[in-house]
Parts: sequence; C-alpha cells; structure tokens
Amino acid sequence: MKDTSIVRIEGLTKRFGAVTAVDGVDLVIERGELFALLGGSGCGKTTLLRLLAGFELPDAGRIVIDSQDMTGVPPHRRPVNMMFQSYALFPHMNVAENVGYGLRREGLPKAEIALRVAAALEQVRLSDYAARRPAQLSGGQRQRVALARALVKRPKLLLLDEPLAALDRKLREGTRFELVRLQEELGLTFIMVTHDQEEAMSMAGRLAVMDLGRVVQVGTPHEVYERPRSRFVADFIGIANILPLGDSRRWLALRPEKIALCAARPDTAHAVAGRIVDAAYEGDRSLYRVAVDDGSLLSVSIANVGRTAETFRRGQSVWLGWAADAGHELEE
Amino acid sequence: MRFVIALPFVWLVVFFLLPFALVLAIAFGTNAPDSAPPVALGVSLQNFTLLFTDDLYVAAWLSSLRIAATATVVCLLLGYPMAYAIARADPRRRPLLLMLVILPFWTSFLIRVYAWMGLLAENGILNQFLRWTGLASDPGTILGTEWAVQLGIVYAYLPFMVLPLYASLEKLDTSLLEAAADLGAKPFAAFLTVTLPLSLPGIVAGCLLVFIPAVGEFVIPDLLGGTDTLMIGKVLWDEFFTNADWPLASAVAICLLVLLVGPIALFQRQQAKSLERR
Repeated sequence: MKDTSIVRIEGLTKRFGAVTAVDGVDLVIERGELFALLGGSGCGKTTLLRLLAGFELPDAGRIVIDSQDMTGVPPHRRPVNMMFQSYALFPHMNVAENVGYGLRREGLPKAEIALRVAAALEQVRLSDYAARRPAQLSGGQRQRVALARALVKRPKLLLLDEPLAALDRKLREGTRFELVRLQEELGLTFIMVTHDQEEAMSMAGRLAVMDLGRVVQVGTPHEVYERPRSRFVADFIGIANILPLGDSRRWLALRPEKIALCAARPDTAHAVAGRIVDAAYEGDRSLYRVAVDDGSLLSVSIANVGRTAETFRRGQSVWLGWAADAGHELEE
Repeated sequence: MRFVIALPFVWLVVFFLLPFALVLAIAFGTNAPDSAPPVALGVSLQNFTLLFTDDLYVAAWLSSLRIAATATVVCLLLGYPMAYAIARADPRRRPLLLMLVILPFWTSFLIRVYAWMGLLAENGILNQFLRWTGLASDPGTILGTEWAVQLGIVYAYLPFMVLPLYASLEKLDTSLLEAAADLGAKPFAAFLTVTLPLSLPGIVAGCLLVFIPAVGEFVIPDLLGGTDTLMIGKVLWDEFFTNADWPLASAVAICLLVLLVGPIALFQRQQAKSLERR
C-alpha cells in the first residue's frame, strides 16, 4: 500500500527545564489536508509546530516529512515553510523583496524570481503594494504578504501559527474562507495552530485536540464534536452538558442543541422537568440554563427559526427532552 | 515653566556659543607675543592659509584621520561580536556583561592611559613577560610608536562602539532570524541579510561616537605616542602651550570642528531616520 501521509510524528517529546511541553506525541498527517492543532495556551501546540519547522530540537522521538527523517536537519533545509503569528516580515525590505527573499536564497535567476513574486502577489491580491514597506500596510495586508512569502517557496507543507489571531473579527471570517480556498486550489498540506475551536472546526479537515503536551483526540470536526472521547474534549469544543450514567463512573456528553425545550412534557426517550435560571438571546439562537429538579444545571440552545418573540422567560417552569441517541458516552 | 525651558538655551549660549565666538574671533586675529592675552584681533586669514599650506599641519590632519578611521574599524570588528554576544546572552546575565563593558569608566581616563604606559614601556610588564617566557630576548618597545596610540584609542573608545551596537542588536526580533532560516537562509546569510542591515543604525552611531572624538584625541598620542606620531589634537596643544600662538591654535580648533560637522550631521540624520521607522 502506498504511503499517503506527508508527516509522521513518532513519540515526540520536548522538555523545557522541568516542563514537558510536548509529551510523547504520535500523529500522522495526510497529504493535501488542512490539519489543525487545537488547544489552550501552554498545551504544547506551538512547540509542536516549532519542532516541525526545526526551530526546536526534540528530546525524544522523530519527525518524518515526505519519507525523510528530519532528525538533525536544520530549519533552512526542511521542505516546510511557516507563517509566523507575528508575520515576522523583514522591516527593511519592501513587499516584493520580502516575498522574493526565499527565492533569492535558492539562487534562482532574477527573471524567474520576479515572475514568481509577481504571481504570488497576484494570488493574495497585493500586486499594487509590491513597493510598500511592511510598516505601511494594514494588518490584513501584512498577513497576506506573510502568506505569499511562504507559498512562493512551493513548500510541501505549510505551517501556520495562529494565522488569524492578529486580525480583527470581520476580517477573520473572510480570511478563513480564503485560506481554505487557497489550500484546496494549491493542493498543499497545511498544519495550523489555533486556540480558537470555532476557527479549527470551520477550517480543518481533521484536527488534533491537545492538552498538557499530549494529543487527546484526533478526528474530523464532526467526530470530535459529536463523539468527544473525554470530558476535556467535550468541554473544550463547544458547550457540553456532562451527565452521570447510572451510579457507576460513566458519563454522557449532551450538546445543548440536542435538547428540546417545551412547555409540556415532550414525547421523547428522556424527559425531565426544570426551571429556567438564565436566558440569553443571541439573535440567531437563544441559550438557556435550566435547573433540573434533581439539582443539576443543563444548558439548552434553541435556534430562533421564526421571527416571533422568545417564548421562554427566566423563572418559567419547562420540560427538557432528548432522544435516546442524543448523547455520547465518554470513554474517560 | 518658561524658565525651565529657557535654562538649556542659556546654558548653551553661556558655555558653548560665547566661548565658540571667542575662539572664532581669535582665529581671525594675529599673534601678539608681548600683549596679554597674546592676541591682536583683526580679520586675517593667515592662520587658515598656513594650516592648509604647511606640510606639518596637512600631515597631522591626514594622520589623525587615518588613525581615527583605523581605530573605528578595529573597534567595529571587536565591538560587533561583543555586542552580539551580550544581546544574545541569557537576559539575567546581560546587566553584568554590560557592566563589565562600562566598568573602565569608573577609573580616571588619565590613570588608564598611564597604566598602558606601564604595560608598553621598554621595561614594562609586556616586555618583561616576553623576556621571562623566552618568546623574545630583545623585544622592541611599543610605547612611543603609532601602534601604541592606535591600541590606546581602540581600548579607550571600544565601549562607545559596543553600547549603541548592543542597543540595536538587542531590539532585533529573533523571529525575523527564524523566518530567514525558514525561508532557506543559512545562518551566515541570515546574518548578512537580516541582522546586519537592521543593526545599521547602531553601526553608524558607534562608528561616529568613536571616530569623532578619536580625530581630535590629544591625551593618548601625547602619552603613548612618540615624536613621530602626528595628531591634530597634539598640534593644537603645542601651538597653544608650547608656542603660545593662540590665533593659530584657535584656527586648528575651528577647522577640526568644521571637519567633524559632516559626520555629526550624518549621525543626526541616521538618528532621525531610525526614529521615523519605529
């Protein structure tokens, strides 16, 4: 069988003094996918990305990129390029010089460099800005220069460190789609680090959730959302109600939108009565917190399909119902 | 409030502009050995003509520029690695390393130059050491040569090179070097294309801070140099105190100032530019 993976990470460990930033990570990334490393600050996702780029050396384990063992290969000889969170544009060079920097290091002929730089600038719609300095650009433009500078090298693997974190919210939405479009058009493999679960879910084909230097779950956004393995994953990705199953130490993760909110007892497999303690109207949906009679607190989210005013108020007595297969039993 | 703002101007007028006007006036006068002060004011250009026609003065100018330029280059070559090492050192150790660079300033400049005399003299510590080890039975004497002057100037002005270089290297964002490596730059190529151009303001500042005072240096050539080491600062001293020719000495001072206005203007422009970029 042909090996379709582009990156194999095997038992990778990195310590900084007493802190183990990356702790025995095994991961396989397929050619041409957009893979996200997702986790809170200090979970080791950025260190993992820096290990892939070669800026950090592992204490144990190895990285294989495109069937080539990267152990002992310095950053300037790795077939990967990185887009830095701060963009790391060279302030003393203009946009075209920044984008052409990596090609000049390859010693390519000037004419070819000019052509490829022009094409890369075209790709990120910055052709008119070739002569500007980074200081004269907006945040979004700088991000696109950083992207062009990495893509112009035609890397096998593009690493993106929090690619959207420095952009304002409106810009982030559009850029999200643009990155995905670019990745699909070029057929490249992207590995993206993000702390924003919404960003990871909406962009990635697959994602790895990290915690304390370990990968706790790998899967498609759908798998990770609907079938979280652990309490941590269920809590980290979206909102989850964690319910005890019987008297043993087994738990059920139940998403707020899987629960129906009714005035009368609903005809579902499970039904409990409760009282609304919090109601938050968010436009497209409303989020309620319901105190169930057994003392637990459940989050319920209702899509506001109609344009009528909300029907449930704080303090109101309600019924909650969900189907037999609405929840997912956690493994740990 | 107004007084506070006026204070520096008053200071500059009283302690800089007035003395300068005096020197300028004297430079256009003629020597009058019998009066006190020995100056006859007037509008004569003879002092300036002499400076540019007499071989002694021209030679002194040229050798001052040469010695100062050499010292500047040597300071840059020594100071850059020092500043780079301090800027890349563990942040907790940087204050100590910087202190070591500034430490010599805690002793009088004159005493430090005298110490070099003790090191470099015929029977100085250096020659005693060479004889003791048997490396040279009859070492020449460095003291009194241009080598000694050069050594003294490099020693004395090295901190003025290291400090501005350190300031610009310390500011350098290390992710820029990572980006360079990521884009395929070998370490030395990354240095040439990123570190060096971004530390240029520090290089210019350091070079001017060494070059400008080194051109007019008097103490070091007087104490460490010999009779054959000509420097314009020493000529100035001799004209003033040995020959008591105030007008000629003043003309030398004015020329020195005019000569250095160029580099100083360059320095200021560079400073303004680096401020702009931030």
